[in-house]
Amino acid sequence: MTDITTSNDLTMDETARAKRRAGLRLFSTAIRYALLFLVGFVMLYPLIWLVGASFKTNSEIFSGAGFLPQNPTLDGYIKGWQTSTPYTFGRFFWNSFLIILPKVIGTAISCTMAAYAFARFDFPLKKVLFGSVIAILLLPNVVTRIPQYILFRDLGWLDSFLPLWVPSALAGDAFFVFMLVQFLRSLPSDMEEAARVDGANSLQTLVYIVVPMLAPALISVCLFQFMWTMNDFLGPLIYLSSVDKYPVSLALKLSIDTTEAFEWNRILAMSVLAISPALIVFFAAQRYFIEGISSGGIKG
Amino acid sequence: MKGQRFLGLGYLGPYIIGLLVFTAIPFFGSLYLSFTKYDLMSSPDWTGLANYERLFTRDRTFFKSLNVTLLYVLLTVPLKLAFALFIATVLNYRLQFIGLFRTAFYVPSILGGSIAIAVLWRYMFATEGLVNMALATIGLGPIDWFGDPTNALLTITLLRCWQFGSAMVIFLAALQSIDKSLYEAAAIDGAGKVRIFFFITLPLLTPVIFFNLIMQMVQAFQEFNGPYIITQGGPLKATYLLPLYIYEEAFKKFNMGYASAIAWVLFTIITVLTLIAFWSSKKWVYYAGDKRS
Repeated sequence: MTDITTSNDLTMDETARAKRRAGLRLFSTAIRYALLFLVGFVMLYPLIWLVGASFKTNSEIFSGAGFLPQNPTLDGYIKGWQTSTPYTFGRFFWNSFLIILPKVIGTAISCTMAAYAFARFDFPLKKVLFGSVIAILLLPNVVTRIPQYILFRDLGWLDSFLPLWVPSALAGDAFFVFMLVQFLRSLPSDMEEAARVDGANSLQTLVYIVVPMLAPALISVCLFQFMWTMNDFLGPLIYLSSVDKYPVSLALKLSIDTTEAFEWNRILAMSVLAISPALIVFFAAQRYFIEGISSGGIKG
Repeated sequence: MKGQRFLGLGYLGPYIIGLLVFTAIPFFGSLYLSFTKYDLMSSPDWTGLANYERLFTRDRTFFKSLNVTLLYVLLTVPLKLAFALFIATVLNYRLQFIGLFRTAFYVPSILGGSIAIAVLWRYMFATEGLVNMALATIGLGPIDWFGDPTNALLTITLLRCWQFGSAMVIFLAALQSIDKSLYEAAAIDGAGKVRIFFFITLPLLTPVIFFNLIMQMVQAFQEFNGPYIITQGGPLKATYLLPLYIYEEAFKKFNMGYASAIAWVLFTIITVLTLIAFWSSKKWVYYAGDKRS
């Protein structure tokens, strides 16, 4: 008899506690959502405002914090696109593209080769060489930049895209090598051994077996390189001097310097265009970004 | 099979060439240049320790710049990491739309380094800009963001903190990989939420905290775009970070030797701090199963 009552009490107690716990969970969830929405809003509002403001008239831009323009105008886009140089922004986008495409292809090929070597072969000095990947990863660019500049000057490469292409085409972005090595090490090598048994040489194995398996990581590499190159400012600033070779980032800086002080909407409109390629690519392929960054980081 | 030994090196060929030509030789090259006077016109002129002597005894710009750089790093890195970790902890819960939030928070990291965003920052923190308008609605007076030295540095710091997304994604992935049974065991033992966070979650996160700390620090020491576009190093050199100083000495005034010396001082600072971090990591970074690789 006594036994039954105590167990009854216990279940009563349990349900009360469960209820309280459920209430707490609901409360916690609500707080979390509120916080996330608030932070998200504060984070993204500047971007939303930027898009709205690019359609505003110059007098309206600094008159309110609202997003919607009262008298929407394409003035900023039309006049901003023309720029104060003999070229339009079309030219600068084309230049950015000309910088990015060879750089991305070169990065993908050279980094895959390096990762293949590190993950699948044994060779003399392997430890030292892999150590150098980590060293480059941590080495501040600032310390190599000046001699690099002098080297490119002596080679006659200044004011061309070569200084922007060549280091990357020689697997200079250690982050990508590291990322691909980590990814490749986590993949089993039985398929490659099977191919080897069937008489494929190492290059065939790389092209037909390893590259398809590496594809998700390789896509991440290409996307990151695209994004970083699109945003890169210091490289073009140092190496490019003629306006007809300027990429978007430099052209934007140029328009800040040359546009009259009150023509804000032109600069804002061109800023919107400048970030759109990166945004479009990001939203189209966000999975690869998130995976790339978490796998590259977590194993480090 | 003997050929295999060198096959690997063959695939590594491009990397090795790049390593030598674009990293190793320039690395020692800049060390050499830092002991010379070199204006690109005549050949480098060996001056011994003269550059360093000038740097440490007479160059007030350098001290100002060094001060500002250290302050900036000290402010930015902890702030950004703490915020990233906080948001990751909030997100690590059975929430719907977790992917949506993660994406939204990551967007600034994608764009943050671009000139367009630096331009946006200039407009946002202008005297009549977005931030002051927002402050006005809650009754706070306009703040002179770019005129006041401390505020100006703060705007640059905020730009970096705004890009907390990539650090957050790394934290979140680490949080999600923590074994849930550990939490349950601790809860059964009567540990509260706060205790669980500090005695279970945080220790298990130390490897990623360490990774993020090093990466963010190395990055922060090299900040260039933000101060270059937003504040141009001003006012009163309050945002004149060392990379800006190096850039102007090297590529505006073509004092390649002197600029190399500044670069080497900056490099030494970063290296010493990184080594301290690595050395101290033995004491505070926890590796599951103590598996050190």
